[in-house]
Amino acid sequence: MSTIDTAEQAALTLETPRKVVHPVWVRVTHWINALAMLIMIGSGWQIYNASPLFGFTFPRQIALGNWLAGALLWHFAAMWILMINGLVYLVLGFVTGRFRRKLFPIWPSEVLRDLFAALRGKLAHEDLSVYNAVQKLLYVGIMVAGVTIVLSGLSIWKPVQFQWLTSFFGGYNTARYVHFGAMTAIVAFLFVHVTLAVLVPKSLRAMIIGR
Amino acid sequence: MARQRKSVPGVDPKLLLKDAGKLLPEPSRRFFLRGAASLGALAALSGCDIIDSDTSENALRVISTFNDRVQALLFNSHTLAPEYPESMITRPFPFNAYYSEDEAPEVDGEQYQLEIGGKVDNKKPWTLPELYKLPEVSQITRHVCVEGWSAIGSWQGVRLSDFLKMIGADLSAKYVWFQCAEGYSNTIDMPTALHPQTQLTLKYDHQILPRAYGFPIKIRIPTKLGFKNPKYVTAMWVQNNDAGGYWENQGYNWFSGL
Repeated sequence: MSTIDTAEQAALTLETPRKVVHPVWVRVTHWINALAMLIMIGSGWQIYNASPLFGFTFPRQIALGNWLAGALLWHFAAMWILMINGLVYLVLGFVTGRFRRKLFPIWPSEVLRDLFAALRGKLAHEDLSVYNAVQKLLYVGIMVAGVTIVLSGLSIWKPVQFQWLTSFFGGYNTARYVHFGAMTAIVAFLFVHVTLAVLVPKSLRAMIIGR
Repeated sequence: MARQRKSVPGVDPKLLLKDAGKLLPEPSRRFFLRGAASLGALAALSGCDIIDSDTSENALRVISTFNDRVQALLFNSHTLAPEYPESMITRPFPFNAYYSEDEAPEVDGEQYQLEIGGKVDNKKPWTLPELYKLPEVSQITRHVCVEGWSAIGSWQGVRLSDFLKMIGADLSAKYVWFQCAEGYSNTIDMPTALHPQTQLTLKYDHQILPRAYGFPIKIRIPTKLGFKNPKYVTAMWVQNNDAGGYWENQGYNWFSGL
């Protein structure tokens, strides 16, 4: 990976001074994750409808799988993509030092400062390779939500074989609420994330072509 | 199926006929990948129609079979399902089936015989008084439905592994197949059949199994989803071929372990 990055960077410096914001592995895992997440959320809504936790169901038109069995087939197929891709992303994020470089430290005072700046529409984003404190917090938060949704999902799938995990989430019934809560957090993130990507189109370009 | 019998002792043949119709999946269910609007964006993204195609349906079924194998590996014969105190029993325990409670099979206990078949030394059918005399085990475990809800119940009966040994079943066979009074059926893997908590259930909460919960026999498997716990069981076969099951044949995952 590092040799590819160096080669890529060297080539880039010759033709353009603009630096690589997202290396190939970030872009590939990002879009695989986007695909897997959409399938998991859509099929998860259909599964939820079979036994709703709250007083509402999701409209069939936006749920995936058409009925419970179809939704379960999608859910337990895409879970492999989500888990393997997520694991590759986390491992590479740690070993390449990307997480340490880009996401830490996060200071509460900076989060507040950047949050107010963002709300006034005065947050700088000239350099896409440097994250502001709000971004850092959101990206760490979405990773925590991702890990939570996978682990709580495993605890609902295997409440006997992984009963220690189910107990960790407060038992089978509570684990279903944790799983739902993590989904809600991810969908909320998705709204903010997509909105901001549309407002700053060069960030979308960076996630596609890297710079 | 070749082994389907003309009549089941103690079972109303009219009911059997009526319920056989339900074995056919509803037309809408056959195309369970249709109407996947949230994938519309996905299809556009990939530039191909991945929804509503036989290819994706087949691919999903292949992955489901792969998941069967993963679950068989995750299954540990020594891992017991958590047991609960009596105070945690869900009362009333829900009736659940693809038909309403008043449509549930009414089996005549006087005439009833449990039919035994397949790779078994002693194929003598069992009457209820004979079964009630066998050593009883008890469990208070969580029934987890494929829909997501769960309920804690209390079941008593014969440990299935003891029963299989007693009738001289070939324990190296791969599957145990159950036929039920209403036409329902289920095939389970031998390791699960031999799990210490898998029970040939004759009682619910220390009373003779009521009609709502599967009189006269339910197979209680706390390591599997609810639909893999057949009720109104009339026949049990030990065999090497997978005979599928009512819901499994419609697309639900075969192993469905917990």
